[in-house]
Amino acid sequence: MADATEVLDVGLGEYKYGFHDPEQYVFKSRKGLSREIVTEISYLKGEPAWMRDFRLKALEYFESRPLPKWGGDLSGINFDDIYYYLRPTEGQGRTWEEVPEYIKTTFDRLGIPQAERKFLAGVSAQYESEVIYHSIRKDLESKGVIFCDCDTGLREHPDLFRQYFGTIIPPNDNKFAALNSAVWSGGSFVYVPAGVKVEIPLQAYFRINAQNMGQFERTLIIAEPGSYVHYVEGCTAPTYSSDSLHSAVVEIIVKEGARVRYTTIQNWSNNVYNLVTKRSQAFRDATMEWIDCNLGSKLTMKYPAVYLMEPGARGEVLSIAFAGRGQHQDAGAKMVHCAPNTSSAITSKSISKFGGRASYRGLLKVHKGCENVKSNVRCDALLMDEESRTDTYPYIEIEEDRVSIGHEATVSKVSEEQLFYLRSRGLSENEATMMIVNGFIEPIVKELPMEYAVEMNRLIQLEMEGSVG
Amino acid sequence: MAETAELVIQDLHVSVEGREILKGVNLTVPTGEVHALMGPNGSGKSTLAYTLMGHPKYEVTQGQVLFKGEDILELEPDERARRGVFLAFQYPTAIPGVSLANFLRMSLKSIRGTDMPILEFRKLVKEKMALLKMDDSFFGRYVNDGFSGGEKKRAEILQMALLQPQIAIMDETDSGLDIDALRTVSEGVNALRGPNLGILIITHYQRILNYIKPDFVHILVDGRIVRSGQQDLVETLEARGYDWIINEALNPQGV
Repeated sequence: MADATEVLDVGLGEYKYGFHDPEQYVFKSRKGLSREIVTEISYLKGEPAWMRDFRLKALEYFESRPLPKWGGDLSGINFDDIYYYLRPTEGQGRTWEEVPEYIKTTFDRLGIPQAERKFLAGVSAQYESEVIYHSIRKDLESKGVIFCDCDTGLREHPDLFRQYFGTIIPPNDNKFAALNSAVWSGGSFVYVPAGVKVEIPLQAYFRINAQNMGQFERTLIIAEPGSYVHYVEGCTAPTYSSDSLHSAVVEIIVKEGARVRYTTIQNWSNNVYNLVTKRSQAFRDATMEWIDCNLGSKLTMKYPAVYLMEPGARGEVLSIAFAGRGQHQDAGAKMVHCAPNTSSAITSKSISKFGGRASYRGLLKVHKGCENVKSNVRCDALLMDEESRTDTYPYIEIEEDRVSIGHEATVSKVSEEQLFYLRSRGLSENEATMMIVNGFIEPIVKELPMEYAVEMNRLIQLEMEGSVG
Repeated sequence: MAETAELVIQDLHVSVEGREILKGVNLTVPTGEVHALMGPNGSGKSTLAYTLMGHPKYEVTQGQVLFKGEDILELEPDERARRGVFLAFQYPTAIPGVSLANFLRMSLKSIRGTDMPILEFRKLVKEKMALLKMDDSFFGRYVNDGFSGGEKKRAEILQMALLQPQIAIMDETDSGLDIDALRTVSEGVNALRGPNLGILIITHYQRILNYIKPDFVHILVDGRIVRSGQQDLVETLEARGYDWIINEALNPQGV
């Protein structure tokens, strides 16, 4: 991993995923949201009645709940000006040759097929509302591992799906979870049987192409006892002058002794509202790890959560946020200890530059009777200039005395002494700054697989150079 | 004809936050020679070191510093480094999260202007590390982060060995070193001595000069060089301390 912090020599600082394809879809809903549109989505997908009713109920929750008053500024979202469902193709490819040429070209430019050949156990590619390509290695399939989109999960594994769907994040959990529950499409359904360890990552890639698009993927991961899986998601979108909305729901069940690692590299263009609910439940001696990297978007509100349900459960969140020009990253974590002898750790690193704002918002809750809980929260913020901003909102609710809690928060700037030291060794001011920033995020980047670590450092460098959204 | 990498400091005046620290320093370090600059606390030794490397806090109000015939005072620190100026810091700064290996590779690339294949690079660094009795674990450690005093100083000399400067300023390299570390570091420096390297050793104590024998010795008092000589001057200082020379410098008529 020694080379992960190397300052790579790359081109100019522009958001390089901002291109878009001409729209040529088989179905595009009208703008806006109504019972008719929700019913139509359900009908087009050929869903059972319970799912249609679930969606309609969720729509009611969505409509009846006010916008959150906390976090970021959501007043710019015009819910009537968004396309809630866009089907790009009729079928789903099992090979890239089956994917329409223009979409394949897009994913080629994003490097997905190349990555798949090199180091992935399975790949899912979602374009607008539907997963248009999907593959999983044969040996995993034969061990009973399921990796498909959630629509396929519902269709082909109806009992398993229904048993867990919406149980970790109920549709009335919050306004955006309700919205997702009403119009969800695509995402991933992952099932890992007991004792099966998926040694190399599964990756899902999410691409928004159309203007004023809403993407609402839904992900459900079930790790049976003693299993392991690492799921990685990446996302990009074209740069438009009007805003898009991405609102996902991710539910994860980590059973006894299992371990799930969920890595996100979020790199939406700067016109995307990214409002995501992610939550997991970890049972006896299980481990849940969220590695959450947020670079792009206009506003991100995302607080991956672990509910520690039984003794021995362990939760960890490692998060990086980069807030550049016109961006607000309101990110953090939630750890809810519902059992004694559970432990959790949150490490958050944020960088603000060009007037961007990064906020850490976290909740640590220990319920009464949960003795011997250990938790450590650490948030470090790096401010790159005077006009940028960082805030910390750590909420701590402890109802039990016999616990061990640590909390530490720092705000720092790149110091003159560090810069001078590096420059005295021949590094230019930019190179020296990049090296210090890479060092700052290294504790998290080193947890990423090599290929992602290199990509992450490259993306941070592009942001540091001032990519304009 | 080979250019000579001579360092020539002429009438150098330097202020920090409006206060004049150096009040007209004149000093020449020809290539291939080792000069020691000694002086009591507060005489301006470290100010000279930082000024030569270009720290933004130090304001040159008068004079010039020529290196290979070029006035380097207008150059940025990295430009000076690329021309062959090196400063071994008294207090090397920690860069958390950046491995020594990455840092050295980037630095070497910047100084040489070309990248070096990773295997060749590792071999080169290992060679130099062996010289300084540093084990391979240093590769992966973060730059100066949690290093002991001795480790920091050895890492400084390692960089000097790797970057092959033509003028090296060593700022209180002996401070904080026990006798074994001092010997190791000194042996490292001695191995680098040669016709293409000028060295300016800045020190309060004569201790390091028992190991690295200087060709010339200069005494800095209150921002000026008040006396120059050879090894015998070090011995006089050793025997009599700084007081007599301070008195002599500040009260020239009183002798």
